[in-house]
Amino acid sequence: MLVSIYRYNPETDDKPVMQDIEVEIPQDQDLMVLDVLELVKEIDPTVSYRRSCREGVCGSDGMNINGTNGLACITPLSEVVKPGKKLILRPLPGLPVVRDLVIDMSLFYQQFEKIKPYLIDSNPAPAIERLQSPEDRKKLDGLYECILCACCSTNCPSYWWNPDKFIGPAGLLQAYRFLADSRDTAATERLANLNDPFSVFRCRGIMNCTAVCPKGLNPTRAIGHIRSMLIQKGS
Amino acid sequence: MVSSVTNLGRRGLYDWLVQRFSAVILASYCFCLLGSFVVHPDMDYLQWKALFDSNTMRIYSLITLLSLCAHAWVGMWIISTDYLTPMLLGNRATFVRLFCQVGSAILIAIYLIWGVQILWGN
Ligand code: SF4
Ligand code: SF4
Ligand code: FES
Repeated sequence: MLVSIYRYNPETDDKPVMQDIEVEIPQDQDLMVLDVLELVKEIDPTVSYRRSCREGVCGSDGMNINGTNGLACITPLSEVVKPGKKLILRPLPGLPVVRDLVIDMSLFYQQFEKIKPYLIDSNPAPAIERLQSPEDRKKLDGLYECILCACCSTNCPSYWWNPDKFIGPAGLLQAYRFLADSRDTAATERLANLNDPFSVFRCRGIMNCTAVCPKGLNPTRAIGHIRSMLIQKGS
Repeated sequence: MVSSVTNLGRRGLYDWLVQRFSAVILASYCFCLLGSFVVHPDMDYLQWKALFDSNTMRIYSLITLLSLCAHAWVGMWIISTDYLTPMLLGNRATFVRLFCQVGSAILIAIYLIWGVQILWGN
């Protein structure tokens, strides 16, 4: 099988090139894209990418696979390439490339940091732990599972245009995760920090984020909830 | 909170609501005009003029015109801050963006004054 890989070392190369590498795929097996990359690395050890858990938990191998963002380790070949066609691997779009498929995630993390991704509770700490009813806990389902792989934010046109100002779907999903937490007491300040023309309102609701989230989460819906909260506060 | 980029101290929610409300008014005006064409399929110039002689229609048209201006301004501001960024234009970005924003504002103001003249002129 022919694998076409984006190769770029900003320190030595003028511009990126696509390198074609022929890989022998074992018969009658549906490999994951990450397995193919490992085979590629045996042929050309200079190909660079991030990986760790190889089971969709760590979020380190987000990349653009035949035009769609996803985690290489849980994307079966059969899902992305038709038999006899090329597998095309590029880095996640919109962020600076460090080397080949490895991108610089600093901007992405800065946006995450901005939303204060931790519980703020001004009540005095109880003796044992802060309790939450099962119903309140349930409100966090579909929010807390995010692994910060950046597949969504790097698939969002609004994030491409303003990666330094628009929080992006991943950060906003987490912003809502803390707004929705019954133990958090900082909702007013959190909302005030989001009510500018960029942080939330650059979202155009085209759901590119939701379409690619490998964990099946729905940032667009969370952004809608944040907007409703802002409208309620504002009126 | 993002406060730079010719933000003029505006709030995101305010812009968002302006766009939604003005869009509703624009849509309603279009339906009303289309409706009057359906009711009077053979409308001539005199009937058309009589329609706009009533103050109700003039005020409705003025509200629509104001909505159009507000809608256009928010829209142009968003487009300019989406596409005319330092990422695309480097150091010139702020200048180009401001130029486009001032240009849009002037054009919108001209259309508004012109529109009022048309509505209340003869
Ligand atoms: S729904 Fe919003 S956040 Fe998601 S891709 Fe579209 S613009 Fe981006
Ligand atoms: S919301 Fe989904 S796609 Fe986005 S960072 Fe989290 S897990 Fe990845
Ligand atoms: S290697 Fe951990 S998510 Fe793919």
